[in-house]
Amino acid sequence: MQLTNRKKELDRKPMNFWERLYLPAILKGMAITFSHIFKKNPTINYPEEKRPFSAVFRGVQILNRDEEGRERCTACGLCAVACPAEAITMEAAERQSGEEHLYREEKYAAKYEINMLRCIFCGLCEEACPKDAIYLTQTFAKANYARKGFIYDKDDLLIPNPVTDPEGYNKAKGKIGKEIK
Amino acid sequence: MAEEQKKLKVTIDNISIEVEAGTSILQAARQIGGDVVPPAMCYYTKLQNSGGKCRTCLVRVAAGSDADPRPMPKLVASCRTNVMDGMVVESITNPAVLEARKGVVEFLLINHPLDCPVCDQAGECDLQDLSYQHGAEATRYEFKRRTFERIDIGPYIQLHMTRCILCYRCVYVADQVSKEREHGILDRGDHSQIATYIQESLDNEFIGNVIDVCPVGALTDRTFRFKNRVWFTKPLEAHRDCPTCKGEVRLWMRGDEVLRVTARKDQWGEVQEWICNTCRFEKKKVSDWIIEGPTRVDRHSVINTGHYTNVVKPNETIARVMGGKQPNLLMDIHHVTEVNKVELSELPGPATNETFNGKPASTGTNVTDVKKGAGRNLAGTDSTNPNV
Repeated sequence: MQLTNRKKELDRKPMNFWERLYLPAILKGMAITFSHIFKKNPTINYPEEKRPFSAVFRGVQILNRDEEGRERCTACGLCAVACPAEAITMEAAERQSGEEHLYREEKYAAKYEINMLRCIFCGLCEEACPKDAIYLTQTFAKANYARKGFIYDKDDLLIPNPVTDPEGYNKAKGKIGKEIK
Repeated sequence: MAEEQKKLKVTIDNISIEVEAGTSILQAARQIGGDVVPPAMCYYTKLQNSGGKCRTCLVRVAAGSDADPRPMPKLVASCRTNVMDGMVVESITNPAVLEARKGVVEFLLINHPLDCPVCDQAGECDLQDLSYQHGAEATRYEFKRRTFERIDIGPYIQLHMTRCILCYRCVYVADQVSKEREHGILDRGDHSQIATYIQESLDNEFIGNVIDVCPVGALTDRTFRFKNRVWFTKPLEAHRDCPTCKGEVRLWMRGDEVLRVTARKDQWGEVQEWICNTCRFEKKKVSDWIIEGPTRVDRHSVINTGHYTNVVKPNETIARVMGGKQPNLLMDIHHVTEVNKVELSELPGPATNETFNGKPASTGTNVTDVKKGAGRNLAGTDSTNPNV
């Protein structure tokens, strides 16, 4: 039974004189090689040029802040329980009086870690979050020489504060909430 | 010899059962079990006079008894209605009952905040389960919700009245179990609230049981506050030789840490044996307990998520092949991670920013601590939750 028409029977007949000459085959191969000079280049010069991501590209996570710059995460643990790779861990703390400008709710994540070596970028954490706190951005996880550099903590994940650093905030936020709902 | 009491025959959702006289419809349904059992938010088997307040257990009585087979004119609260011989009850077979329950859930949720991500009760909350089963997806309520400051009643228990559904279970526990009631319901109607009168803290040895009977997150364990989510902790049955109570408890473990101790609950979510405060709040070491084994948790419960049973770990091959040499790990996550570095079980209260940054013994303080004199919240404000 033939599933595709790409199957080719192997020809095991002895080569004739023209094939044994060897040079015509070389020239044929070279013609193919040189013809590629005039074709459109399929690669790009990566760091200078970048390909656009699809609108639903799922890159490295960020922890979102609200418009007043307070952390949205309340350490409810739904991202961690939704995570199929078990990459997310966190520890919660109680907001004390005087910290209201830092954290949105009375509980917040004092420690929040994503193990990027485990993360499969499925986006279930984003889907599970009831507080709009975690989003997958349109950027990659940065390359690193050591494995321990891939354990992202809150410093790596938190979005810049929109009050003190509005430019960085808008850059980090990218298209989140605009094109993608 | 007392003569044998006549058994009463009652039919609930076309299932017949014979029960003792004086049994409530709810108890008869629980003897049948399964889906016909009406939900109950305020009724508690071990507390006398409980029930009849939340109206979630409404059923229709299609025929009162053999002697008088007329149906009851309205839906009745099954926890406070006793069975009669030949009674016919409709629970889930009657759409009117389901519609009524849905309405009751909507009423219960009118003032209940949607702060499950913050609440420690989430995952084992009766109201959460109930609203998922019977409730509507959205609320039609448009007005400002009733809010209160959270207060600490005693060193171990935190009361957040905003979440309270006024089931009175905790009042009955204080009345009947601890015998020294110092809290009750103040005011009436929409203004009613659970409060300790004149800033008295509760210090009875059995008062911790109010946490277990609370169907919502209104009364929570301060020694467990924000330590972890319920579904990341692993329940184990354990006991100890306790001079005050029976000492049979359930430990909620995270690794080797005992984060929380509660009483054992039966399949209806009711406490089997009351436990004392010493067992509940002060014995937070594994060495304090004799562990019997893991608790059987319903497969569909959120507490079961991420807990694997019958795990078969593959044998380590490298040590065997390399003549006993252990593999050289490129990274051990425990050396890199900053999580799980603080022994949370040793903290008497919630962790704060300082707990994780240099002062592992510091705990959160509540400004509206009842002992400091700001117990009742007459203004109805809630500074902790600006989003409601």
